[in-house]
Amino acid sequence: MKLSSLALSVSSALILISCGKEAPPPPPVAAPAPPPPPLVVKLGHAAPLTGPQAHLGKDNENGAQLAIADANAQKPKIGGRDIVFELMAADDQADPKQGTLVAQGFVDAKVNGVIGHLNSGTTIPASKIYSDAGLPQISPSATNPQYTLQGFKTAYRVMANDVQQGKVLGEYAAKQLAAKKMAIIDDKTAYGEGLAKEFKKAAEAAGVKIVAEEHTDDKAVDFAAILTKVKSKKPDLVFYGGMDAQAGPMAAQMKKLGVKAKLLMGDGGCTAEFPKLAGEAAEGNYCSLPGVPLEKMPGGISFKDRYKAKFNTDIQLYAPYVYDAVMVMIDAMKRANSVEAAKYLAELPKTSYAGVTSRISFDDKGDIKDGAVTLYQFKAGMKEPLETIGAAPAEAPVAATAAVPPAAPAAAAAAVPPAATTVPAAASAAKAAPVEKK
Amino acid sequence: MNTHAKPWQGIVLIALVLAALPFAVGLGMGNAWVRVLDFALLYIMLALGLNIVVGFAGLLDLGYIAFYAIGAYLYALLASPHFGLHWPTWAILPLGALVSGLFGILLGAPTLRLRGDYLAIVTLGFGEIVRIFLNNLNSPVNITNGPQGIARIDPISIAGVPLSKPLEFLGLALPGVYLYYYLFVLLALVIIFISLRLEDSRIGRAWVAIREDEVAAKTCGINVRNVKLLAFAMGASFGGVAGGLFAGFQEFVSPESFSLMESVMVLCMVVLGGMGHIPGVILGGLLLAVLPEVLRHGAAPVQKLLFGKVLIDPESLRMLLFGLTLILVMLYRPAGLWPSATRKRELSA
Amino acid sequence: MDTFLQQIFNGLTLGSIYALVALGYTMVYGIMGLVNFAHGEVVMIGALTALAVIKPLAAAGLPGPLAVLGGIAVAIPVAMLLGFCIERIAYRPLRNAPRLAPLITAIGVSIVLQQLAMIIWGRNYHSFPPLMPATVREFGGAQITDLQIIIVIVAGAMMVGLLLLVNVTRLGRAMRATAENPQIAGLMGVDANRIISLTFVIGSALAAVAGVMVAANYGIAHYNMGFILGLKAFTAAVLGGIGNLAGAMLGGILLGIIESLGAGYIGDLTGGFMGSDYQDVFAFFVLIVVLIFRPSGLMGEKVSERA
Repeated sequence: MKLSSLALSVSSALILISCGKEAPPPPPVAAPAPPPPPLVVKLGHAAPLTGPQAHLGKDNENGAQLAIADANAQKPKIGGRDIVFELMAADDQADPKQGTLVAQGFVDAKVNGVIGHLNSGTTIPASKIYSDAGLPQISPSATNPQYTLQGFKTAYRVMANDVQQGKVLGEYAAKQLAAKKMAIIDDKTAYGEGLAKEFKKAAEAAGVKIVAEEHTDDKAVDFAAILTKVKSKKPDLVFYGGMDAQAGPMAAQMKKLGVKAKLLMGDGGCTAEFPKLAGEAAEGNYCSLPGVPLEKMPGGISFKDRYKAKFNTDIQLYAPYVYDAVMVMIDAMKRANSVEAAKYLAELPKTSYAGVTSRISFDDKGDIKDGAVTLYQFKAGMKEPLETIGAAPAEAPVAATAAVPPAAPAAAAAAVPPAATTVPAAASAAKAAPVEKK
Repeated sequence: MNTHAKPWQGIVLIALVLAALPFAVGLGMGNAWVRVLDFALLYIMLALGLNIVVGFAGLLDLGYIAFYAIGAYLYALLASPHFGLHWPTWAILPLGALVSGLFGILLGAPTLRLRGDYLAIVTLGFGEIVRIFLNNLNSPVNITNGPQGIARIDPISIAGVPLSKPLEFLGLALPGVYLYYYLFVLLALVIIFISLRLEDSRIGRAWVAIREDEVAAKTCGINVRNVKLLAFAMGASFGGVAGGLFAGFQEFVSPESFSLMESVMVLCMVVLGGMGHIPGVILGGLLLAVLPEVLRHGAAPVQKLLFGKVLIDPESLRMLLFGLTLILVMLYRPAGLWPSATRKRELSA
Repeated sequence: MDTFLQQIFNGLTLGSIYALVALGYTMVYGIMGLVNFAHGEVVMIGALTALAVIKPLAAAGLPGPLAVLGGIAVAIPVAMLLGFCIERIAYRPLRNAPRLAPLITAIGVSIVLQQLAMIIWGRNYHSFPPLMPATVREFGGAQITDLQIIIVIVAGAMMVGLLLLVNVTRLGRAMRATAENPQIAGLMGVDANRIISLTFVIGSALAAVAGVMVAANYGIAHYNMGFILGLKAFTAAVLGGIGNLAGAMLGGILLGIIESLGAGYIGDLTGGFMGSDYQDVFAFFVLIVVLIFRPSGLMGEKVSERA
């Protein structure tokens, strides 16, 4: 609440004291000095908005838009200046070459940070450009382990990588689902194959026998041939590494071909679209999502409702992660009390932020630390959480702020997202408070 | 004397413009546009390579990007931590040209008897086969690292100076994209020079003869098989060089960069610019590489100006306008924007 | 053995779908010698239009197959109109232009149609409601659904219908004459422009039917669905001998079966070195081999030297 009361008061004294490089001190003549125009802080967002993954890209962009709107509703004040965040959304077409063009564009436009990209294939080449420019980048959905292995100080992600998620899935299949013989299918994309590979390692380590390994591609709709082969090997469970647009028809075709085994999928199949595309065949299949179920997170349900209200469509997949990525970045800016990349970059490793997907903190590579993964099962066309594995323990402290109803007007801005409650932020707020009283 | 001075002056003028271009573009519009220029130059090299096959020899090739991919992966494998090899740039690029050229012959050999659309589908298949192999050759033996792609590729370096880092020069820091620009301009000029010389050579005339009438060409004593294979090999080697440059420039390669759409794009550049006409092809490459970026930045502001608000999401509009451009240019200039004089005459006749 | 039979059934269904689309390709090619690369997009528009009609019809309580027929009834005229416009705008003015010019306009049309569909129907995948009879039947241990049988029958019926149209009717004779030589056909009183328009319109109607069948079979429709389908159908048409209607059918079914068997057995054939990820390589490889020995496809006529 301190932050919001701070935001509501416009005190020139504060500006005078804390003004840094960003704002020249206002002339001392006029006593009720007109507030300087708010500083516009641009955040770049890159995802494919055309092409086969356009629906996911737009979903990501919506998540970012919502985060920006929420952040602005708080009337943020950083480094003593009023801040207005602005999203600079770009289409990288899921093409590595376009990805670097977009990245260079962000650097030129002097954005203060980048959220993206959606695909590992664009994230990795772009990360080099951000690193050279010293621009922090938080990817909401790139899961290729290589991304954070390049040694860039600017590269972060808020989603469990393939190794993290594949391991949890493999062990879960062996232990909880008691699978002895499994088939693995992937879509031969960086995401699908990467996840399938890590899954296989973990499953074999847990004693599962892999009886078939089949491949398709991310544009296919006919899986009869590979499923027929899978069927002949009689697996107990079929793992699919890929997206819902393939997983849905695949589940339906499994049913038609009389494959009795259930489908287990990663986040790519864990969408509201999957049961729509699979129809009745969705029943009983499993999937996983990094993080904690939205419903269980403070602000999660409100996020879902507000997303629906604002964009008149359901969340596709990664919007909550994008939302968290934006909020983590803004949180770091607040703690650093600066929107300058060089300054708040130092705060990013210290992040401990209660997002809508989980509590987010980073390890020394920039990967999410102890990323929780939740398993779901599809029942009657809805995905129901079964179990969350490896959840970070601290979830309690944010409950107080999150209890406020979601539809609050902008004045009660603190209600919107759970505000950061990290030590440095609290300290800076406390420091600022006495100044305000004068 | 006067007549001799003129072309010389022209060359100096062009050199000055080319040298100043990145500064004008970079300072005026930002380094992203210099990067666009870098890619445009790579596309020009590709378009010139494909022009040999499609424009000169009249062989429709829809899988040209495969040679670009081969060049790029060769560079990536020989200069990255993937195999722990770090060969110098100048050893890899000629090797890339050679290997791509060999693959060109490999593609050309079984397709000698095919023409028109049959040739188109086989070349298309070849392009897909190469891409699928690159995507799949990570098991059982990991060669290409599959769909994950190869990261941390060594940047191109000249005399030990990597082009990826800004270069201090006369107290002026030249960013990496500028350095790459100059390198690409130089190589593009070399490729243009080779193309021009080929066009006027015995081989160039043989290609045109085959394009116009294969039987007549054979009757005139042209060894159709060898000349066709040479066209495939030459075109492919240009693609291989461009691919190597791409890998060094991006420092990351993955199979998704070499999709069928890219082949189609390069073909569009050749046809749109003016098949068989080198200045036209250069224009086509430049236009199609830059146009989508112009539309990306122009679509929203223009709508705001015209209607007061953004009616159609600029990203949808960008591709829409791009498609419309392809249609309109072809309708009004069916021989391309800048066709050769003979071609123009043939059409109006 | 039941696995092998199942793979043949799989190939047959997939192949019939390819054939449905390939028939449209080959018909246009047979008359005009032009590869209509936008054909796949017409398939897509047909599917999405039908879906837009089917959803409210089904919601209004109409029985499944009737709703689908209603959807087809709307999709066919829309696709026909679209086909007519495409020919009029993008191909007719280029009839005497260099051979590659219409190829580029076709690519342009393809991009434009995709983007329009994206603006109209959005970027999301659409699920096609399970309205068609999908009872699973068993033959010798292999499963096939009613819908798949319908698709095979529809593809066969369409091919026979087209063959009759081209070989028996007056219109067909005019088509063949136009294909042979438009100028001379004109002298004989055939309105070549009208015939070519009609060819396009008929091809587009086929595309709409194909689109609905594809969407119903896989339960999915998307603005991007036409491209790959068109590509595969084009491959099938070439394999069979482009321009030849029976060849398109043969090529389609053959390609489907090759893909199925490839995905199913390539792993066993190569001792595990290659897997189902080489399915397309296998298909293209067979295509190349066929074309080396029969340069104009399985059933195509020999191309004249001055093609």
